[in-house]
Amino acid sequence: MSWITQTFSSTIGRKLLVAASGLFLIIFLIGHVSGNFLLFKDDGGQAFNEYTQFMTTNQLVQVVRWLTYISILTHIIVTIILTIHNKKARPVGYAEAHPSANSTWSSRNMGLLGTLIAVFLVIHLGNFWYKMKVGEVPLVTYESEGTLRDLYSVVLFSFSNLWYVILYVVMMIFLALHLAHGFRSAFQTLGWRHKKYTPIIEKVGLAFAIIVPLLFAIMPVYIYIITR
Amino acid sequence: MNLTLKVWRQKNPSDKGGFKTYKVNDISEHMSFLEMMDVLNEQLAVAGEEPVHFDHDCREGICGSCSMYINGRAHGPQKLTATCQLHMRHFNDGETITIEPWRARAFPVVKDLVVDRSAFDRIIQSGGYVSVNTGGVPDANEIPVPKQIADEAFSSAECISCGACVAACKNASAMLFVSAKVSQLALLPQGKVERKSRVERMVAQMDIEGFGSCTNTGACTAECPKGISQENIARINREYYNAKFTSDNV
Repeated sequence: MSWITQTFSSTIGRKLLVAASGLFLIIFLIGHVSGNFLLFKDDGGQAFNEYTQFMTTNQLVQVVRWLTYISILTHIIVTIILTIHNKKARPVGYAEAHPSANSTWSSRNMGLLGTLIAVFLVIHLGNFWYKMKVGEVPLVTYESEGTLRDLYSVVLFSFSNLWYVILYVVMMIFLALHLAHGFRSAFQTLGWRHKKYTPIIEKVGLAFAIIVPLLFAIMPVYIYIITR
Repeated sequence: MNLTLKVWRQKNPSDKGGFKTYKVNDISEHMSFLEMMDVLNEQLAVAGEEPVHFDHDCREGICGSCSMYINGRAHGPQKLTATCQLHMRHFNDGETITIEPWRARAFPVVKDLVVDRSAFDRIIQSGGYVSVNTGGVPDANEIPVPKQIADEAFSSAECISCGACVAACKNASAMLFVSAKVSQLALLPQGKVERKSRVERMVAQMDIEGFGSCTNTGACTAECPKGISQENIARINREYYNAKFTSDNV
């Protein structure tokens, strides 16, 4: 079985792990942003709480949940290993360098953007995911659905804080920059490059990098406005 | 034109090295960058100083010997141009030009602007060849190769192994070089026989040499004097996964 360890200890094998986990997280973002759209439904949060209930109890969702944890950890750990390796590859830097002449800022700063997103993830998970886990969420009773955990009220409370809203919006800019390079880069790393499809992938990637973080950013702003 | 040169001087691999500033006057705009360096060295020789050491050979942009990081760019500011083909008309009178060697752990500085690029040779030795006995020259069209494939292989084979890709990459990655070499052989019938073991061995050697990994910034292609495409990097990734997951090498 040494070929497996050999493959995933090579630079290309490790990049495969980063690309695959990154693409999975991109798919995760689609699910996350569409589910959260229920926040915009004007029903006092019932639809959102029902959705939360579904997400925490459905068996298939639990499998996806663990895949998401594994992807996040893989993405972070492998990129840290690769970044250390890459830093070692150039012990003495240039006195004068003009990298902007040959590459985009986001492509060169994926590590920085990723770190900022990881910090955001800790805050974000601490605020909603952790509270759900330890049961710090109040309960609410609906006539049709019975008693559910009222995550909606936690969301309302969090985003009534202006600083929180600003933090989320700024972080979505970093996510957008990370996706602007990450989306197309994942396909290149997987070797999926074709004259017909690569231009489409690049356009879709750019659109994705703008639209998804924008939709996410609208949510705290919307909640802040309705709680005023 | 009159220029100020900030040149990296380093006596030997263990010397710390540092920049020295020189002035060169009456440089013709038709000179190549290396001819301008020749003028500097003649000046230094007359003054009894050690000339600036730099690699050069054909001075026609095909041997891949010249390697200078000029004003923060590999092979200078001109696209698709090796240092030897870079003309002084792309600089301004009175300009200060910074000249550094390639910087990478796998390319240690030998002296001044000369770096040891034998890491590339060892990667080629690990698999960048065809070891089947091809015999004499075959009859024309005996081995059919579609024009499109031949063109693709040729564009990969244009790589002159200068190392600008490594120099320009923020990770000092050799992926563009290795992928061009893997591609040119993997595309052609003679090279297909050993394609799996070749890519496995060449990538393993690339990692042993201490080059960084590819983060798809595209800086390599942008600075490559031959414009070797990113297509090659996608191909080496495919070749590598295919080899690792389907070859008989356990």
